[in-house]
Amino acid sequence: MGVAVIGASMTKFGQRDVWIRELLSQAGEECLTDAGVAPDDVEHLYVSNMASGEFEGQTGIMNLLAHDLGVLPAYSERVDQTSSSGGAGIYEAWQSVASGASEMTLLVGGEKMTHKTTGQATDIIASITHPDEYKHGVTLPSFAGMTARHYLERFDAPRESLARVAVKNHRNGVDNPKAQFQKEITMEKALESPIIADPLRLYDFCPITDGSAALMFTTEERAKEITDEYALVSGIGGATDTHVVHERDDPTIMGGVVESSKQAYEMAGLGPNDLDVAELHDMFTILEFLQLEGIGVADQGTAWEMAMDGATAKDGELPINTSGGLKSKGHPLGASGVAQGVEIYEQLVGEAGPRQVEADTALACNVGGFGNCVITTIMEAAE
Amino acid sequence: MTLEAGMCSNGHVSYPTHPLCPECGEPQEESFDLSDRTGEVVTWTHSTATPPGVREPNTLAIVEFDVTDIDDASDEFVRALGQVTSDEVETGDTVEPVYVEELRDPDAGIKVPESQDWDGYRWDPV
Repeated sequence: MGVAVIGASMTKFGQRDVWIRELLSQAGEECLTDAGVAPDDVEHLYVSNMASGEFEGQTGIMNLLAHDLGVLPAYSERVDQTSSSGGAGIYEAWQSVASGASEMTLLVGGEKMTHKTTGQATDIIASITHPDEYKHGVTLPSFAGMTARHYLERFDAPRESLARVAVKNHRNGVDNPKAQFQKEITMEKALESPIIADPLRLYDFCPITDGSAALMFTTEERAKEITDEYALVSGIGGATDTHVVHERDDPTIMGGVVESSKQAYEMAGLGPNDLDVAELHDMFTILEFLQLEGIGVADQGTAWEMAMDGATAKDGELPINTSGGLKSKGHPLGASGVAQGVEIYEQLVGEAGPRQVEADTALACNVGGFGNCVITTIMEAAE
Repeated sequence: MTLEAGMCSNGHVSYPTHPLCPECGEPQEESFDLSDRTGEVVTWTHSTATPPGVREPNTLAIVEFDVTDIDDASDEFVRALGQVTSDEVETGDTVEPVYVEELRDPDAGIKVPESQDWDGYRWDPV
């Protein structure tokens, strides 16, 4: 059964004064309105979230949101796949409609993080690691530092290429009113910012963020009745790589990205050359390179050249992260994959405003952990 | 205390150990200690934004151990992640594991202290 997206919304990302309950209901209510769907039409509700219990002490948030939005007695479920909870939510929502279990599925992803100190938030996120990694004080940024060093040394890539990713995504974020940072940065600023996990510096990392995003899914048939403007989920795939990061055969290959994108391309009958725009999980600048290579857009060890050539800029041959990416838009863990979906949906239905590019086919790659769990989604504009 | 690597009947080696081999799914019925070997630094970082209870900076390295001398091993090397004793380290350096009783403060982080071990090995450049 063809699965369509008929509505999207997201709250302002950044430091917010509200808690998880309000964040989720704001995005959820707005998505119902955007899709023109009444609450009692919703049959399944998925809530993507990594750690509301650990961050705030609130658990059972699928039930909380279902009640607050008046979608009872819809089936409800919280989806946790760490940083890729949002993408996993897209996968669940797609499955619910594709299987015939639900004709109208609402997906809301959200996270409330900024009330914790950076150290506390880093520790909650680092708790996803293996005990033999965690005891050494490893953090996700430190994996990024070790991988970036290996990549730069092995492929003789200039340090500047990583800074270019940050500069580009900050430039894109200026046009996104929902982004945490709507501010351009210079190469000098990126290259001289404090070291976090060398060779990576502050501007190689996404911020800590509060926010929520939502998407409405239905059958292609029902979408046609409701609206002229919708997108189709034409391909989706999910895959898992090693839990222990150093056990991967090649530190520069994200197996989950390779496998999930292969599945998505096969389902859609498309390949990397068919993409018009993509959202990649740039939690760290180096990840944009590893994903460009993993989804087959660039050969191994060459994606840095695309950053140097401007090929991934908004006016380049394949615009990457027109939303500003996690880098400038922010990264509220459970919301991020859903927000990637919001961006590619808006690009496909022509609602991206100043960020709009010409696009009929779009891809989103949402990465959990350090490539531990990955969801790749391909959407196409309805004909 | 050992730095224990696991091996399955097909000779696939991993650190840490797993109940079933990540490579082929056979049980890891054998294990051996890496702590008396030297390894080579594959990559490293100085982590400066560390969580509560972790030293700062926290210099970390992924190290590769040659295991071609192990009977029946079909893998040539196995890697391990660990803290480095010094902040001065380079890719390609030779290091040896040295035992440390507590790698970070077990009471300062989010994990229940009793849920895991906190001792282990740091890499000491030789």
